[in-house]
Amino acid sequence: MSTTPNRPVAGKKADKGFVYLPLIAGWLVPGAGHFLLGKWVRGTLLAISILAMFVLGLAMQGKLYTSTQDIMDLLGVLGDLGSGLLYLVSRGLGLGTQPIQTTVADYGTKFIVVASLLNIIAAVDAHNLRTGRKQS
Amino acid sequence: MHPSHFTAVLLFALFASTVFGITMRDTPQKMFRYGAYCFALFVGSVFVVSWLMFFIAR
Repeated sequence: MSTTPNRPVAGKKADKGFVYLPLIAGWLVPGAGHFLLGKWVRGTLLAISILAMFVLGLAMQGKLYTSTQDIMDLLGVLGDLGSGLLYLVSRGLGLGTQPIQTTVADYGTKFIVVASLLNIIAAVDAHNLRTGRKQS
Repeated sequence: MHPSHFTAVLLFALFASTVFGITMRDTPQKMFRYGAYCFALFVGSVFVVSWLMFFIAR
């Protein structure tokens, strides 16, 4: 258990509003959680990193996991869901549906999953900033 | 898009290190140092594992 007390980021102003909003916003849109907290530079760097990784993964003909038939595919779907709207929009546009035929395409699939997992880390960081668990 | 394997490693290391640096440290200076540390570990481990695989394959 954490021994660090929860403290608001910027006094009473940060107490207002839904405490999980940065977490949810950061999950849906990379960097949005930090933008909500006024951390513009961090949010921009996180958004660029995660978006670039996700888009590069698709450009390398990486696969978006869609099937939940076996356990590995299910884990892939759960990983991909970490990128929030990016995953849903990409699936809606029919991207990442080609079967993997090259090594680089396999790397692309990993880029997509890792970008999604990094997005979850970024969203949790925004939540920690919101609750005061992380100081700045 | 078909980058070389090493280019893919460098891109992966750059973006992952950026996120690690920002989320794992508190101040900009510490973030930069930790990000650079992670990047060096990513790329360094690639060289080590590559040479290991080279000697195993011989």
